[in-house]
Amino acid sequence: MPVFWLVIIVLALAAAGYLLGRSRALQSAGGDSRNLHSQPNYYGSHVIMWVTVPAFGLMIVWLLAQPLLIDGRIAAQLPDTAVSEDTTLGLVMSDVRRVADGLDRAVGQGAMTEEQAGSVATELADLREQLAEVGVALGSNVSSDVLNAAQRYRDFKATGSLLMGIVVIALAIAGLILALLRTTNEFRARNVVERGVLTILMFAASIAILTTIGILLSLVFNTIEFFRLYSAWDFFFGLEWAPSFSGRGGASSLGVLPLLWGTFYISLIALLVSVPIGLFAAIYLSEYATPRVRAIAKPLLEVLAGIPTIVYGLFALLTVGPMLVSVFGQNTVGWMSGGTAVMTAGLVMGVMLIPFVSSLSDDIINAVPQAMRDGSYGLGATQSETIRQVILPAALPGIVGAILLAASRAIGETMIVVLGAGAAARLSLNPFEAMTTVTAKIVSQLTGDSDFASPEALVAFALGTTLFVLTLGLNVLALYIVRKYREQYE
Amino acid sequence: MIDMSADGSAPAPAKNSLHAADERTRRRNAAEKRFRAYGVAAIVTGLLALVFLVYAILSNGLPAFQRTVVNIEFTMTQEQFDEAESALLKTRVYTDFFIGALTDSLETRGLDAEFDGGTVERLLGKVGGTLRSHYRENPGDIGQAISFELPASSRVDRYFKGTFTRESVGEGNRFMQPGDLDLVDALAEAGVIIQTFNWQFITGVDTGVDNPGGAGIGASVLGSFMMMIVVLVLSLPIGVAASIYLEEFAPKNWFTDLIEVNISNLAAVPSIVFGILGLAVFIQFMHLPQSAPLVGGLVLTLMTLPTIIISTRASLKSVPPSIRDAALAVGASKMQSVFHHVLPLAMPGILTGTIIGLAQALGETAPLLLIGMVGFVARYPETFLEGFEGPNSAMPAQIYNWASRSDAVFTEKAWGGIIILLIFLLSMNIIAILLRRKFERRW
Repeated sequence: MPVFWLVIIVLALAAAGYLLGRSRALQSAGGDSRNLHSQPNYYGSHVIMWVTVPAFGLMIVWLLAQPLLIDGRIAAQLPDTAVSEDTTLGLVMSDVRRVADGLDRAVGQGAMTEEQAGSVATELADLREQLAEVGVALGSNVSSDVLNAAQRYRDFKATGSLLMGIVVIALAIAGLILALLRTTNEFRARNVVERGVLTILMFAASIAILTTIGILLSLVFNTIEFFRLYSAWDFFFGLEWAPSFSGRGGASSLGVLPLLWGTFYISLIALLVSVPIGLFAAIYLSEYATPRVRAIAKPLLEVLAGIPTIVYGLFALLTVGPMLVSVFGQNTVGWMSGGTAVMTAGLVMGVMLIPFVSSLSDDIINAVPQAMRDGSYGLGATQSETIRQVILPAALPGIVGAILLAASRAIGETMIVVLGAGAAARLSLNPFEAMTTVTAKIVSQLTGDSDFASPEALVAFALGTTLFVLTLGLNVLALYIVRKYREQYE
Repeated sequence: MIDMSADGSAPAPAKNSLHAADERTRRRNAAEKRFRAYGVAAIVTGLLALVFLVYAILSNGLPAFQRTVVNIEFTMTQEQFDEAESALLKTRVYTDFFIGALTDSLETRGLDAEFDGGTVERLLGKVGGTLRSHYRENPGDIGQAISFELPASSRVDRYFKGTFTRESVGEGNRFMQPGDLDLVDALAEAGVIIQTFNWQFITGVDTGVDNPGGAGIGASVLGSFMMMIVVLVLSLPIGVAASIYLEEFAPKNWFTDLIEVNISNLAAVPSIVFGILGLAVFIQFMHLPQSAPLVGGLVLTLMTLPTIIISTRASLKSVPPSIRDAALAVGASKMQSVFHHVLPLAMPGILTGTIIGLAQALGETAPLLLIGMVGFVARYPETFLEGFEGPNSAMPAQIYNWASRSDAVFTEKAWGGIIILLIFLLSMNIIAILLRRKFERRW
């Protein structure tokens, strides 16, 4: 039974339950709501909670657990011959799922009947073409083991979802009956409903924790898997990045150092652009500008922060890159051979970070107490002397925090470097050469039809972990510095 | 500055008049002016970068909204149709009829030009096939004068937009021969080749490399829209519920602290890490369909939640405590005071924050690349549910896809796509600003 209809049925039960609960409560109070403990609506809501929460909770758990259980059973039943030397169990299982999916789709589109899908084994030869017709492309011909497994997979899945439908609806009805039985005029429905709502609110708030756990688990497990296939020493201290494209095996060198160098070099250039411009803009806007100028210039600068990064990426690739080539390219000084380079990505990323640096610094400069300025003016200092010798030293920790946050942004930025920095990993000092970054390589290793069990794909998770740890460290450090500073003047 | 000499004697009084600036004052004033100039220069640089960016987008992207078409009236008689359908090379015969009609229409306008099937194919693509399918689908049009609007080839298009010149036509170029542009000029003068608004760019779907001019962004706009529905439906209730808990109910303990730390950290995690999360959890672990707007929406929901929670908490905090106290004083429970009074008053602020969060999610690209939303999608989903589950692209991913193809026409499409994306973002932000203006309340 499709999940969609199951949801609709449970919601319909809930709606009916609301009306029933309400009217039952009113009935038990003799039709006078003053004899009820709570407002009639609370009795209805109480029934809704009993119908939906257990049913949907079970459904979510079931949907998560069912694929795992089925996978496990199918994998256990697969004969050893199905997993030959050049494949892995994971690959065979993904083949099984794809074939099963294809059969589903063929049945759905009417290209096959249900019995045909169950007994298709004899006509192995044209199965691949039949599936291709309904839009499921298979890499190789289907072996009979895989096909059998796929058919069992479909059986299990059909049984599983039928069972789930029955159990979920039974649970919803049971909840409905139970809630209705509890409904009397003495029942404290409001208290129960409010406690339930509070639990739901708390659960919503803990999704943030679940997300972090999800990120950590998905990074850690795959990274451990990667280090099983590839030595950690070679990854962290390797000077060469050269994944083999031939597929599994082969000699890939997956050293992270060239990527880290590219990341740091591009971020450095971005910061060299954005920190002076952003800082001076913030100083001017907070100390010199008239309210009118500030009201116009500040939002305009912040527009730069609202532009999606893909736009900056395209800007780097198609506008800034060719422009830099025409200045530094082969026809003039010959420093630059292609439009994609560290300089291209760095400059554009710098522009992107200007509003980030300027608005954070603006806040921090504004937080410096006016008394400190007045004291400095009273001693005869000019405005710029006050800024340089009083305000900036006082705001320095906050500004350092802002720069660290900007650096963490620069390190994690993806689209600008994917489009603007190039694809070659190298350790070089020339900023006009193409280099690549951690984020760009995560994208290139995980897009396309790579299989997730190879070190070439798994390395992306190790790169992701590196990136996550780096940015998290910078953020925590920055927040610590900013918070510590803020407390000084409060 | 006072010069304290070693023996402690009083410094010599300054002899200068206050009216005449001495050397040091001049230096200090010059430094002051310089410092100010740096500030102005910084702001001007930032604004110039913005202007340059907008100029680059508009100048490169606007041509994508125009296309060059050949507007020609054409009559196909029943005999011609039968003759063409019984011929061996059917589309070839259609092309010949078309050439005849084109020559006639040029002659009546007093223009004389020589051309053959090869020229027509270079300028207009496969005309014969287009005509054949039209007449086979609409047999009623046979024998009547039909006005056709046939899209010109991408090189003709670029010739009119100025990015393809006579100099670029090399000898032996199989896409364009030097004589062809003479015919194009003649046709343009006769008003047969005209420029029209390119509706196909807005409503169409992605095309392969053989027809870059016909590519449109429509399907990916729909994909983005479906993702935004998922994001809105999930992140607004969850975000509001989480904020209410943290702002109104949460006790001060380690659990609340943990949630707070997590939210502020998630807001700063690079977007690509969310892509990795989506790939590992939703696709590898849960086996949700790859490239589906549903998965894209889930990933973007997790990404937008911190933004929405932060802004929702700010607007809950801005509702004065007296409102809560008044509700409690007349006998409302804590829950009732929040849901009946505080939440409605905070709603405009919450909506504003949500729209801004959605706008951010709409422009996000990197996580979508990892969950496979960059595939080639050349059709609209057929049913509403397929719109969520079926493979589709999204606006920024489609733009990325076009940008990484080599044909210059796709580059132009990418810029055009950016204009559409920015129009969406701009209108969302304007709606948010208007909402804030209309409902903002100062207590």
